Amino acid sequence: MALSPKASLQLGPDGRLRHLLSTEGLPAETIRLILDTADQFVSVSEREVKKVPLLRGKSIFNVFFESSTRTRTTFEIAAKRLSADVINLNVGVSSTSKGETLLDTVYNLQAMDADMFVVRHSQSGAPHLIARHVKPGVAVINAGDGRHAHPTQGLLDMYTIRHYKKDFTGLTVAIVGDVLHSRVARSQIHALKTLGVPEVRVIGPKTLIPDQVERMGVRVFHDMAAGLKDCDVVIMLRLQNERMNGALLPSAGEFFKCYGLNADKLALAKPDAIVMHPGPMNRGVEIDSAVADGRQSVILPQVTFGIAVRMAVMSMLGSPA
Amino acid sequence: MSRVEIRGARVVDPASGRDKAGSIFIADGKVAALDKAPDGFRADETIDAAGLVACPGLVDLAARLREPGFEYKATLESEMRAAVAGGITTLACPPDTDPPLDEPGLVEMLTRRASSLNAARVHPVGALTVGLKGERLAEMAELTEAGCVGFSQGNAPLPSTVALLNALKYAATLGYTVWLRPEDPSLAAGGVAHSGEVASRLGLPGVPAIAETVAIRTLVELIGVTGARVHLERVSSAAGAALVAQAKAQGVPITCDVGIHHLHLCDRDIGEFDSLCRFSPPLREPGDRDALRRAASQGVIDAICSDHAPVDDDAKQVPFGEAEPGATGLELLLPLTLQWGRESGLKLAETLGAVTHRPARILGLPVGTLAAGAAADICLFHPERPWTVRADALASQGRNTPFHGLELVGRVARTLVGGRTVHKT
Repeated sequence: MALSPKASLQLGPDGRLRHLLSTEGLPAETIRLILDTADQFVSVSEREVKKVPLLRGKSIFNVFFESSTRTRTTFEIAAKRLSADVINLNVGVSSTSKGETLLDTVYNLQAMDADMFVVRHSQSGAPHLIARHVKPGVAVINAGDGRHAHPTQGLLDMYTIRHYKKDFTGLTVAIVGDVLHSRVARSQIHALKTLGVPEVRVIGPKTLIPDQVERMGVRVFHDMAAGLKDCDVVIMLRLQNERMNGALLPSAGEFFKCYGLNADKLALAKPDAIVMHPGPMNRGVEIDSAVADGRQSVILPQVTFGIAVRMAVMSMLGSPA
Repeated sequence: MSRVEIRGARVVDPASGRDKAGSIFIADGKVAALDKAPDGFRADETIDAAGLVACPGLVDLAARLREPGFEYKATLESEMRAAVAGGITTLACPPDTDPPLDEPGLVEMLTRRASSLNAARVHPVGALTVGLKGERLAEMAELTEAGCVGFSQGNAPLPSTVALLNALKYAATLGYTVWLRPEDPSLAAGGVAHSGEVASRLGLPGVPAIAETVAIRTLVELIGVTGARVHLERVSSAAGAALVAQAKAQGVPITCDVGIHHLHLCDRDIGEFDSLCRFSPPLREPGDRDALRRAASQGVIDAICSDHAPVDDDAKQVPFGEAEPGATGLELLLPLTLQWGRESGLKLAETLGAVTHRPARILGLPVGTLAAGAAADICLFHPERPWTVRADALASQGRNTPFHGLELVGRVARTLVGGRTVHKT
């Protein structure tokens, strides 16, 4: 029996973006619109006065149930450059530890007239739950939920790739490392496929590759040399410390030997391949310093573009069409 | 005791394969005869059942009544009303209450309270281990005397194979049936959805199908050495059902059931993290669902149960991975079973067998049949009248159903237990 089809949470009936929860299900034209809008904001960030009044008077709540200084800061900068009022809440150490439910926390903040929530949570799907319960007109941006999605990271990666490679339709892109636990990898895969990248590869040991990931349209490699051959883009994932306790991987050293990116391995990719990393990096674990700081690395530009992409998403969600 | 005649119904008795129009004559709470009144029978009450199907009351192998301990989720009153509203006249309730059903006093209290409500017959399944902790064996002989029909861990894992071995040995000594969820605890640990494409996309930790197959293989080995009688609860995968078929073909004394939701739903239905579709065991792939449907129609799966789990809103309105598993099912068991039977091309008597005499056989109770002398537990339902599921119109306190808003066929008109009407619309 088919349950009644559920309408997409993040797209309105008119196809307009209501929330940003995942890159899955985002039409290519919506992604392109976000990237084109970000183009305009890159120049704002290069100006003397780095501010536009698009979201003046709007209140944006950064609600982080899982702490992250880096991501929260980039959202904060993006919101401030759009002239919004930003309120940072590190909920991980306040309400929920007092037993308040996730929805109660959200209802309380909504009662303070929030216009937008930027949410990070350790549980996959938490931002969807919030999006389902906020008042009409209040937008939710997923800033990372469990292993599920980190759509603004995925979009800033698309921006970066487009910036350096111009066209997606001839590319071979490799994503290397702990795909199993990576929300970044999932967001990248959906966006790359939607934008027409013909070959997306994931590279890692069997313990760190999700079941049936091929059904997301990727090719799986367990041998890094084979996987990197002729790639245009190499994306390294962060390996969390807790993965190295011996159950999924014997050691950081052995991981680096098999799946760490050094100059020799990078030489297997195309000569003009770019190297990306969502940060924060573990030098010597997934990436060698010579590569991270090398001529093919675009890791710092990713951070810069990230502000513009988040400005683009916030401006699209926060202002009428 | 009054005499009742049910007149003009389509009388279906799955145990005998009977399916034709006729009458049911009830005396002293038992079926006295079908079609032809016994000599001297004078009805005190005549029920006109034209247009209705009369079948044995449904027998449900897994219905959580939530007492004692979880009265905020449901009460005995509400769930017993829901059972008879769903045409269920006999039900087994799992031991996962708070405290768990590991003491004779608790079991006696529960059965006494339940029988005072004059609704369905309640048969507790006792805790296999004290507190369901998987360490010390519960007092099975005492619990049996108090009314337990078998022993189970509910959804709690048995942490070690040696604990499982000893539990089976002891139960086999006394001839008790052990009801077990086939799920390897270490392979299932931390999982919230079926390991597969959907869980991978949604970034949800998975419960792989091998958690089920490894457990079934282990159990078959242990049954071989202990001679224990085992009933497998909630088979969920194609591979699991195939292993059961294989074991049965080899003569292993094993039975199994499936939850009704697993015959209709699959992991795709989780959509964007719909916590109403969180189940334990998890909903698996469309191919698993289809294999379970076939296994149930071929009799590899002995019984279909509601796996009724009333869950309060607070425990569902949380992120998917934190949501309590399960769905309300007592009032949906009949229409969803009818739908499975229709879609599988089964005769009505075959369909109803999966919720009447087949589960009754597992319980070892003389119910689920209209044979002369059997308890007059009877369900009368409209076989064709459609109705729309409204969560807030259910008698169960549990409103957690993914079928809210869907149109189903098969509405209970009247339920009798021991010849007495306990539900009527």
